[in-house]
Amino acid sequence: MTLTEDPSTATPDAPAKEVGSARLRKEDARLITGKTTWTDNMVLPGMLYMSVLRSPIAHATISNLDVSAAKDRPNVVAVYTGQDFKDEQGSIPCAWPVTPDMVNPGHPSIAVDSVNHVGEAVAIVVARSRTAAVDAVEAIDVDYEPLPVVLDMEEAVKEGSALVHDHTESNTSYHFVFDAGEAGTGTDTDAAFDAAEVVVSRRFVQQRLIPAFMEPRSVVVGVTGDNYTLWSATQIPHILRVMAALTTGIPEHKLRVIAPDVGGGFGGKLQVNPEEILALLIARRLGKPIKWTETRSESLMTAHHGRDQVQFIDVAADREGNVKGLRVRLLADMGAYLRLITPGVPALGAFMFPGIYKFPAYRFECDGVFTNKVPTDAYRGAGRPEATFAIERIMDELAVELSMDPMELRRKNWINAEEFPFTTVAGLSYDSGDYEQATQAALELLGYDELRAEQARRRESGDPVQLGIGISTFTEMCGLAPSRVLGSLSFGAGGWEQASIRMLPTGKVEVVTGSTPHGQGHETAWSQIVADELGVPFDDVEVLHGDTAVSARGLDTYGSRSLVVGGTAVVKAAEKVVAKARKVAAHLLEASEDDLEFSGGRFSVKGTPGAGLAIQEIALAIFASHDYPEGIEPSIDAEAAFDPTNFSFPHGTHLCAMEVDTDTGFVKIRKYACVDDIGNIVNPIIVEGQMHGGLAQGISQALYEEAIYDADGNLTTGTFVDYLVPSAMDLPHFDTGNTTHAAPDNPLGAKGVGEAGCIASTPAVVNAALDAVRHLGVKDILMPMTPERVWRAIHQGGDGGARAAEGSNAYGGARTTESGIEEAAK
Amino acid sequence: MIPASFAYARPTTVDEALQAIAAGGEDVKILAGGQSLIPVMRLRLAAPETVVDITRVTELRGVREDGDSLVIGAMTTHHDVITDPLIAQYGKLIAEATETVADPAVRHRGTFGGALVHADPAGDLPAVALALDAEFVIAGLGGARRTVPATEFFVDYLTTALADGELLVEVRVPKLGSDWGVRYEKFNRVAQAWSIVAVAAAVRREGSRITEARIGLTNMGSTPIRARAVEAALVGADVSLETVTAAAAQAAEGTEPSSDLNAQADYRQHLARVLTRRAVTAAAGL
Amino acid sequence: MTQINVRVDGASYSDDVEPRTLLVHYLREQLGKVGTVVGCDTSNCGACTVHLDGESVKSCTVLAVQADGSEVTTIEGVADGATLHPVQKAFHEQHGLQCGYCTPGMIMASIDLLKNNPDPSEHEIREGIEGNLCRCTGYQNIVKAVQQAAGEMSSAGAHSVETTGAQA
Repeated sequence: MTLTEDPSTATPDAPAKEVGSARLRKEDARLITGKTTWTDNMVLPGMLYMSVLRSPIAHATISNLDVSAAKDRPNVVAVYTGQDFKDEQGSIPCAWPVTPDMVNPGHPSIAVDSVNHVGEAVAIVVARSRTAAVDAVEAIDVDYEPLPVVLDMEEAVKEGSALVHDHTESNTSYHFVFDAGEAGTGTDTDAAFDAAEVVVSRRFVQQRLIPAFMEPRSVVVGVTGDNYTLWSATQIPHILRVMAALTTGIPEHKLRVIAPDVGGGFGGKLQVNPEEILALLIARRLGKPIKWTETRSESLMTAHHGRDQVQFIDVAADREGNVKGLRVRLLADMGAYLRLITPGVPALGAFMFPGIYKFPAYRFECDGVFTNKVPTDAYRGAGRPEATFAIERIMDELAVELSMDPMELRRKNWINAEEFPFTTVAGLSYDSGDYEQATQAALELLGYDELRAEQARRRESGDPVQLGIGISTFTEMCGLAPSRVLGSLSFGAGGWEQASIRMLPTGKVEVVTGSTPHGQGHETAWSQIVADELGVPFDDVEVLHGDTAVSARGLDTYGSRSLVVGGTAVVKAAEKVVAKARKVAAHLLEASEDDLEFSGGRFSVKGTPGAGLAIQEIALAIFASHDYPEGIEPSIDAEAAFDPTNFSFPHGTHLCAMEVDTDTGFVKIRKYACVDDIGNIVNPIIVEGQMHGGLAQGISQALYEEAIYDADGNLTTGTFVDYLVPSAMDLPHFDTGNTTHAAPDNPLGAKGVGEAGCIASTPAVVNAALDAVRHLGVKDILMPMTPERVWRAIHQGGDGGARAAEGSNAYGGARTTESGIEEAAK
Repeated sequence: MIPASFAYARPTTVDEALQAIAAGGEDVKILAGGQSLIPVMRLRLAAPETVVDITRVTELRGVREDGDSLVIGAMTTHHDVITDPLIAQYGKLIAEATETVADPAVRHRGTFGGALVHADPAGDLPAVALALDAEFVIAGLGGARRTVPATEFFVDYLTTALADGELLVEVRVPKLGSDWGVRYEKFNRVAQAWSIVAVAAAVRREGSRITEARIGLTNMGSTPIRARAVEAALVGADVSLETVTAAAAQAAEGTEPSSDLNAQADYRQHLARVLTRRAVTAAAGL
Repeated sequence: MTQINVRVDGASYSDDVEPRTLLVHYLREQLGKVGTVVGCDTSNCGACTVHLDGESVKSCTVLAVQADGSEVTTIEGVADGATLHPVQKAFHEQHGLQCGYCTPGMIMASIDLLKNNPDPSEHEIREGIEGNLCRCTGYQNIVKAVQQAAGEMSSAGAHSVETTGAQA
């Protein structure tokens, strides 16, 4: 239901456009036939396999570590411990020191004398086969002296808590504050609350999630002399190269990183993994190629997790429903160490709590807290889903408090279409959009009125299956990001992206992008862009990526940035190609540059029909270089870097209709409809696919997924038997649509789509369940909304509360209280 | 992961299998469908000395009639059970429960006997076997056969009456004719997950009266459990929502279900009552 | 070591394997059939699904020795030369894949589903692929792909398409 015209339609004057058309993906051919290259497919001559012995204890000193029996096993080449690498392993880098006084305890790739979470590497066997390595790991003997285990953030920050790291003063890594009053982007928050007629306070829990990409992480290191090639199932080959060079001391120019086809990431492969560093160190020591591929249980236990926040939020309003102020205090679980952007995830969310609403006052505080668990880091949305959840949940709570329709309350407070660009209380400049238009479209798509009528009928008749409708009207900041803004947030890198275009003599085109895909379809979308910009056939464009020897500069794929930043870099490079080709064309056509028109891939001379040259002909001419203008280089290839001036702000309205079986607590999504404005669309099928996948993950947070540790710090959801990734049977059909307000800050007008569904859907689902049973006295239900929790919330009050298993620390006893914020304010 | 090393035997007859088991040493595992055993071995939670693979013992496959009974070979795959015409006619409860086991690929390998011998109380078939008063035909070394009733077969969590060196050969269940209605009511969080609780119900009606009732409960204790009190309350009762509801209210009597990540015991007991009502209601054709 | 003889995607192989070798590792590491991938260690994800004597199985939960004397079809053997299997084609045309890691198993499961049920409802499709996890697509386009393939295969009278072995 795109509300703009189909841009792909050809008119007599202009050729059909690739951008906007539903091109089928180029990537598919190799993937549907089993002919692609995953990292684990790689085999190098003489390759050795490493297997990691991992700590079964969450917090302990290593009192004895005996690897002699393992060394004696057949086909074992070497066995290493932390002692072997303590002087050269450095620390897994953390690129985001969110405050000047942030405490970073350092993150060894392999434990030296203590372990701080279950799964931490303790020893490594290198053997001729995977099997021999795995077998020998079992022969290693370790004695641990257990230390107190810190698992619960709210306990961890209390005076006198046991420490995760004995050389730190407390378990708090940092205290990050954004105060709109102090920043000059809003009024005084305390004053706003003091004067408020209504204050609603809630404590929400963002449970710990596991990205659970389908391809397990895998690393291969090849060695040629003092040159190293690191193949890795990573989202970030470019960042990894820099970080691995800095960490291992291998000079950057001696290290090449290649991400072949990568089987999903969702932020989970936005990391510098200990095993990547260890494989490099071992390859350097042995001079032999090394492979490591994790098992799924290893992945769930040791690859970084996501979310895991306790949120205290309160909102001030007047009786008419005008919001007056917003206060947020977070406890964010860092886990045992700081990985690449661990501390930055909640800070990234800090600016999104006000959502689409015109709050005059806002204050945000966050404590990053160490616990004896695997570190958290980016997971689809990274900070923004957490913020969106909190604001969209509490808007419903405020509506209940005020006895207002939740959509009316939102309307009353959201930014109106004519107010864009709008500077929010968090200091962001929202670029474009129309919340009312998206909302109207979504209401129609859902069949809102009919479902409300059915809800009333079910309520009236006391039907054991109740119906609810949940709303989430959201925005997000995408297109990470303007480098200067990242700098002001103390991020360790910029947010630009690089592209280059090579015009081959046969008229074919190579596009090199620094934005490395792992399932998104860059090869297709970038080909569409270049086909339009250069007027060449879609199939004549090859997109190269993911290899630092091919794509020297890049900042990779995360934060819905690829199209917005990387795609724009491609446009800029193409513009340079055309500009360079124009000079050659003018020379060859003996015309003035100003008299040339470029359209459909052809330079023609104004007023001289028939005279012209195709860009492919110019590519061949410049390859021969027999005849080209004085003073230019013999090439029309071009390179461009693009640094955006602003984020982009997709928005949308998501509606979920939910059936709740009050007898059992089982919840079932009856219908899910959403209308998103992601700016201009390059490829509608890719966009729809991204929406579907994001919705699946957001819904799954609400209903299914949670990483649960027991009281000893063992991950009890350590396989796919217990960590519930939904199947086709567990997810609904999605009805999706778009409105289109082009992003003003990039030439594509694109806003980004990768995270929208994941960010928006979770609160819609929870709000829907609550809407179904609120009349039964239910005020909140913890995520994931297991049948047991829903049933308990209905029949025993509270939020569904304690998890069943004895010893679980999954915030079991937590209860949402009206006075949560007082407790938080301490 | 990769299983630890083991010795492997692949007999083709029951006698060969029994000999291989006897010769296998201290820790022998019998590989039927392998859909539980192989994952457990991959995680190295089990590392048997010998694996006796009975997938080629063809005499253990298939479903046949014997008078009033159906005889199901222990190595009949779930897929073959579901698609068997005799099962379709006389074993609808088995078919309904088997259809909920795992997924199609797993059902191509997993076997009827393997699932019963695994004796996971969260598995779907043990409660069905118990509800049907199945008889387990067990072979021992030297060809001796003994028959164990379901009430004695399931001894404890993952434990059956099978002694070391024995092999489950076949399972006999009564044919349920068209006067029986059945329902397997399964409750889980996602489609692939094990049952939090499930109820196997078979009800025989004569006119408006229930004349026989068989109710088995999945995952309500360390073994499958028969809801005898519900059965007693149903037999002789008029078929109505009220009588079924009243009877089902006794479903959790005497049960001691476990608490785990998905449910605490009291919630399981509640579910047993609700699901029993639903299963019996459906089975009775209400 | 145990000797096995297996026919995979139309070619015959004779190899010595350790009994503990999983079929998927045999396919990947000894035969180089790396189109079939491993996604988990508990048989939940289905990424490794192949056909063993014409039936879908999870090749991480079958021992290589168990395939002795059998016919195995992997994702690499379902196309007819350059002509894609209708299910492969439909996954492409309906955008039923993103990262593509689950895709080999998903396609093999879908082919098996259509063999047993040539005209499945949406619910039956979702049930038929419930043993295959996808983290990218939310399944909707996979369901559409299977629907498209069902339509094409039945209209071509080809829904009994032989799924074992290469179709030379």
